[in-house]
Amino acid sequence: MSTEAKNEWPLWEVFVRSRAGLDHKHCGSLHAADAQMAIQMARDVYTRRQEGSSVWVVRSDHITASDPGDKGMFFDPMEDKVYRHPTFYKLPDSVDHM
Amino acid sequence: MYTQAMDTQGPESEDKTLRSVEEFQLQQRFDATIDDGGFIEAKDWMPENYRKTLVRQISQHAHSEIVGMLPEGNWITRAPTLKRKAILLAKVQDEGGHGLYLYAAAETLGTSRDQLLAALHSGKAKYSSIFNYPTLTWADVGTIGWLVDGAAIMNQVPICRCSYAPYARAMIRICREESFHQRQGFDSLLVMMQNGTEAQKAMVQDAVNRWWWPCLMMFGPPDDQSPNSAQGMRWGIKRVSNDDLRQKFVDATVEQAKVLGVTLPDPDLKWNEERGHWDFGAIDWDEFWRVVNGNGPCNRERLAARVKAWEEGAWVREAALAHAAKQAEREPQAA
Repeated sequence: MSTEAKNEWPLWEVFVRSRAGLDHKHCGSLHAADAQMAIQMARDVYTRRQEGSSVWVVRSDHITASDPGDKGMFFDPMEDKVYRHPTFYKLPDSVDHM
Repeated sequence: MYTQAMDTQGPESEDKTLRSVEEFQLQQRFDATIDDGGFIEAKDWMPENYRKTLVRQISQHAHSEIVGMLPEGNWITRAPTLKRKAILLAKVQDEGGHGLYLYAAAETLGTSRDQLLAALHSGKAKYSSIFNYPTLTWADVGTIGWLVDGAAIMNQVPICRCSYAPYARAMIRICREESFHQRQGFDSLLVMMQNGTEAQKAMVQDAVNRWWWPCLMMFGPPDDQSPNSAQGMRWGIKRVSNDDLRQKFVDATVEQAKVLGVTLPDPDLKWNEERGHWDFGAIDWDEFWRVVNGNGPCNRERLAARVKAWEEGAWVREAALAHAAKQAEREPQAA
């Protein structure tokens, strides 16, 4: 089983932009031998209904992700900075549309 | 396509070992997230049994999709018109794609594609029992779309709200595509029932006669014989019970059968005014267990086809890797 695993095609994460103006969204992963194959396969697997105007593939081991265990420490500093939100400021009605 | 085989495994042994305070707190947080209707993502802490259960369920669901390509693939070369051939090709291609979405979701839990396939090919992993039946006529193709995909949709819609987010997201993609599968099948049967010859109408009725009961079995054993359902519900993986889903399916399908003009092969099918549902006859659970345990009409044939494809495709997998390695060597890497 372990020798087989070494011969597995690497794993790629797929990101698709469905149309111009929108962001690429992560939609899943697939195995491919190289980048060119990964792009073609991503089209076949994730855009059968024209859901894509642009496809990115990134080898899964090239992604750096935040550790969910650190969620608290990583994102907490944002929690007490309420002055970052527009609603923190009470303005006269006549200019409240700002 | 859904697999009901999750309920056919033995009950999980509960992990009663002493845990550290930290793990206890993680478990609390996990339970609170589930109870709140929240989501678990791939790298979040999760109980080992939750992970194992999901690997098994998601991978068996994936296997079902891939094996499910075989009974319908059987008719691609014999579809009666170009339109039906193109539709069938698109459907079978979708099933392949669905299998791939699900393998991708399963692999987020720390298993590899090769491990999952080894389990399938050795017979250790199961797939939905429905695919162990043969497609004998063209009407079987339409009937599979109407009834089998119809049952799968019933099973799959609740899983769009599964607590494990990668599985839920894969399911949302699948459900979006699955609706066409059922509609094309119904459409194909409708054409035969409304405009067909007597022989064609009889062919449709015969297909319905053969597929009806196996479709009811797709929802798995009755609730009181499904020991793993409760745990699945507590974990937010299973949202609706087997019997409830089965009843929903019968209620919806009886009306559809009337439109088609076919008879569902159940003399005990009767509207129950008090319950507000259709009563239906007893399912032959002996047949279900026989098929799940490897003795259905096509079990050996289906597995042999998968193993053959894997073994005969080995040179393609190896050549692609060798080619990629050669290309990488030749091209100097850009900075």
